[in-house]
Amino acid sequence: MGSYILRRLVSAIPVLFGITVIVFAIMALIPGDPATAILGSYATPENVEKLNRDLGLDRPAVARYFIWLGNMLTGDFGTSFSLNRPVLDEILERFGATLILAGTSFVLCALFGVLAGVVSAANQYGWADKAITFAVLLGISIPSFFLGMLMILAFAVERRWFPVSGMYAIYGGGGLGDLLRHLVMPATALAVVATGVVARLSRSAMLEVLRQDFIRTARAKGVHERRVIWRHALRAAMVSIIPVLGIQAGFVLSGAVYIEIVFQWPGVGRMLVDAILTRDILLVQGGVVFVAACYVLFNIVVDVAQSLLDPRIKT
Amino acid sequence: MRRFLALLARNRLALLGLVVMGLVVLLALVTPWLPLKPPNVTNTSDKFLPPFSEGALLGTDHLGRDLLSRLLWGTRLSLAVGFAAAAIAATLGAAIGVVAGYYGGRVDNVVMRGVDMLMAFPYILLALAIVAALGPGLFNALIAVAAVNIPFFARNIRGVTVGIAHKEFVDAARLSGLSDARIIVSEVLPNVVPVIVIAMSTTVGWMILETAGLSFLGLGSQPPQADLGSMLGEARSAHITQPHTSVVPGVMILIIVMAINLLGDGVRDALDPRLRSGALSRPMAATQVARDHVPPEPRAEGVLTLTDLETQFHVGKRTFRAVNGVSLHVAPGECLGLIGESGSGKSVTALSVMGLVASPPGVITGGSAQYKGQELIGARYGKLRQLRGDRVSYIFQDPLATLHPLYKVGDQLIEAIRVHHPVGRRAARERALGLLRDVRIPNPESRIDAYPHEMSGGMRQRVGIAMALANDPDVIIADEPTTALDVTVQAQILSVLSDLRRERGLAIVFITHDFGVVAQLCDRAAVMYAGRIVEQGTTEQILNHPRHPYTALLMKCVPELGAGRRRLEAIPGLPPAVDRLPEGCAFADRCPKVQPDCRAGEIVLRQVGDHAARCLHPVERAREEAAQ
Repeated sequence: MGSYILRRLVSAIPVLFGITVIVFAIMALIPGDPATAILGSYATPENVEKLNRDLGLDRPAVARYFIWLGNMLTGDFGTSFSLNRPVLDEILERFGATLILAGTSFVLCALFGVLAGVVSAANQYGWADKAITFAVLLGISIPSFFLGMLMILAFAVERRWFPVSGMYAIYGGGGLGDLLRHLVMPATALAVVATGVVARLSRSAMLEVLRQDFIRTARAKGVHERRVIWRHALRAAMVSIIPVLGIQAGFVLSGAVYIEIVFQWPGVGRMLVDAILTRDILLVQGGVVFVAACYVLFNIVVDVAQSLLDPRIKT
Repeated sequence: MRRFLALLARNRLALLGLVVMGLVVLLALVTPWLPLKPPNVTNTSDKFLPPFSEGALLGTDHLGRDLLSRLLWGTRLSLAVGFAAAAIAATLGAAIGVVAGYYGGRVDNVVMRGVDMLMAFPYILLALAIVAALGPGLFNALIAVAAVNIPFFARNIRGVTVGIAHKEFVDAARLSGLSDARIIVSEVLPNVVPVIVIAMSTTVGWMILETAGLSFLGLGSQPPQADLGSMLGEARSAHITQPHTSVVPGVMILIIVMAINLLGDGVRDALDPRLRSGALSRPMAATQVARDHVPPEPRAEGVLTLTDLETQFHVGKRTFRAVNGVSLHVAPGECLGLIGESGSGKSVTALSVMGLVASPPGVITGGSAQYKGQELIGARYGKLRQLRGDRVSYIFQDPLATLHPLYKVGDQLIEAIRVHHPVGRRAARERALGLLRDVRIPNPESRIDAYPHEMSGGMRQRVGIAMALANDPDVIIADEPTTALDVTVQAQILSVLSDLRRERGLAIVFITHDFGVVAQLCDRAAVMYAGRIVEQGTTEQILNHPRHPYTALLMKCVPELGAGRRRLEAIPGLPPAVDRLPEGCAFADRCPKVQPDCRAGEIVLRQVGDHAARCLHPVERAREEAAQ
């Protein structure tokens, strides 16, 4: 198992490398002179020149890429000009908040998505299946940001069950209870679409598995139907559910952007949007590379989980 | 195409989606000619008018602009951008996929590496990066959303193209000297179009959502122009006090995406042949029972007695009579062979006993099956479950598919024991080891922790037998347990079963199409054809003096060692389809001795001593002997 994890880590290196290349290539799409694009057409020539130097734009692209990559490897993501502080500091400070939000949503979507999918499949064409199928359709069709706004209207204005925004109360906030109260609505709003996708896939994966011969064997042994569904069938269905969970992890991680805006959540997504609007290129570059790298690493976790579940995968 | 539309129309939800989407698109198309106020003219004295105000059906926004007008213009914009993005992504993605899949090799490798790299990004993050580079704006948002969807199309289309590129008709086109470009356009493209349509129908909803999302963040359409997303974004500041300004565009997005998803599901279902046949139904815990008459009293003694059992498969409007009035019985310590060609109903008969026929589509429509006087057909699930694997157990064919692939064989054995006996894990494991020894698995201590895929076919089959023996059952129903094995392994397994029968007084129903196995193991045998028993008797009677022409012919199909140059005969023709059974004898069309009366009405199973045959003109014993 240890060597498998190590091999997966090593195989992630070219992917991480590719990510930096893609991000760099995208940033090279900036039309015209980037410094002017960033500072606006009224910028003084001195400022433009200084920024060009800071961004290393006076050198050829390949050289620029390797300088950027080398700096990142030593932990230097550059300095954000709009915030006037190191990019990495800003990212690290905010990434925790995003991780709490996206992590909670991920757990919610995995738990309720699989649960709904299994119940739906076990009662195929029954009322529970129909209700879940309808809820899922609604869930995957509603924009998360609109859902978040509706939740604020429903649960935070007249019924003050949950706070409207933020991560902690401004006065006298702090502590786990306060965090959870602030987390309920954003995490739910973010999880809904992913839950729908997971539920849909779990349902069809379960239906596929329930037709297999080994399910008939379990029934012939006299295993109780509950156990047939939740142990025999679900275990086998998880093999096709887990990769989808991996994809949904990426979805909640990046979809957090909308929710962070709606609920004023102090995470990386909001930082990225602000950075895009202020054209803070280094901050955008750093943020995108950092989040994408985290996602690549998380996918290794997914692969390892898959190999633990399925002994047929060579480790 | 006509058929596709007909299928789509039959799916009511998809039709609803189509109608709603059609209405929305129609509204968006005629918007410029509707008597609406201009969408971008501000009038701050009329700001935040509630819905149903005079002159403003849906009210006004924070700048006093008419929401209805803005909604329709916004819808128009959102739809245009969403469909444009989908078209761009589909075109470029399909082009990349077709090229990579058609040329293969190096090209494929390089292109797909790049695609995988792009897919390593969280989806929305990549779109944000692209917008960051190009700058905020609706057109740039469109490019970003299209770009992040290209890998999805490329990968899907490549998969299909690889399959097509090696088909005969493509080779033929190549040999006839057509250029690659011509082949791609004339041979490959027509075959990938359905895949492109499915992929588009499932992604266009996402693309509309994603462009709305970028606009919501202020990175898409810029004021005063507004699509649905930016309307929602602008309404956010006054969201709590003036909810209608955000609910109006939000609900519109919801309606559009939901209609597209319904339609997309319908398209997918209509194009996917597996879903069309309803084959994706899950089998229930026990076979459905729908008997319209009182079950008959058993006419024979036995530990397991079937009487006039009828099992059918209901598929659409067709009814397949897989088991059509079968009566069988087996006594303790006895082995009954059940013989027939594939599709004769042997397995379905066996599975019906414990309610293991997949249902839907299987339904037990009549008859009775009794274990020691207890009726099994229509028994409560709880009672059935208690007997399954404990008193009556099964050995199935093909143990690679019938053992759970993800559990160790030992755990599967232990489960079989613990389901019926409240023993600890340790004790159950000891018992499991004993069972593995009983079926003569070498090294049981190490094999018990192996997974099914780590064992050979013969070993897996032994595990299947061990599992059936786990609770010392009274009856074992073995469904061709040796068919997939080579002859030596088969002989070993048969001797294992034979020993167990003698030692434990087990009753065995042995399903096979191999007379050699019957001769070796069985006391009595029954021959099935088209869902009915056509002959039944002692093994000696059946093998040496068959009365039904079918049995006689079936035996001629068996090559016999040392029998010299006897011609190996196949029975001409095919068994009748069990949803269109002919009147009279089902074998009449293939029978060399057929007479006109064979096709005239029900033929009974005629008993002569303990030998029964369902035939009006049976093979004469004397003639049979004379012929030999």
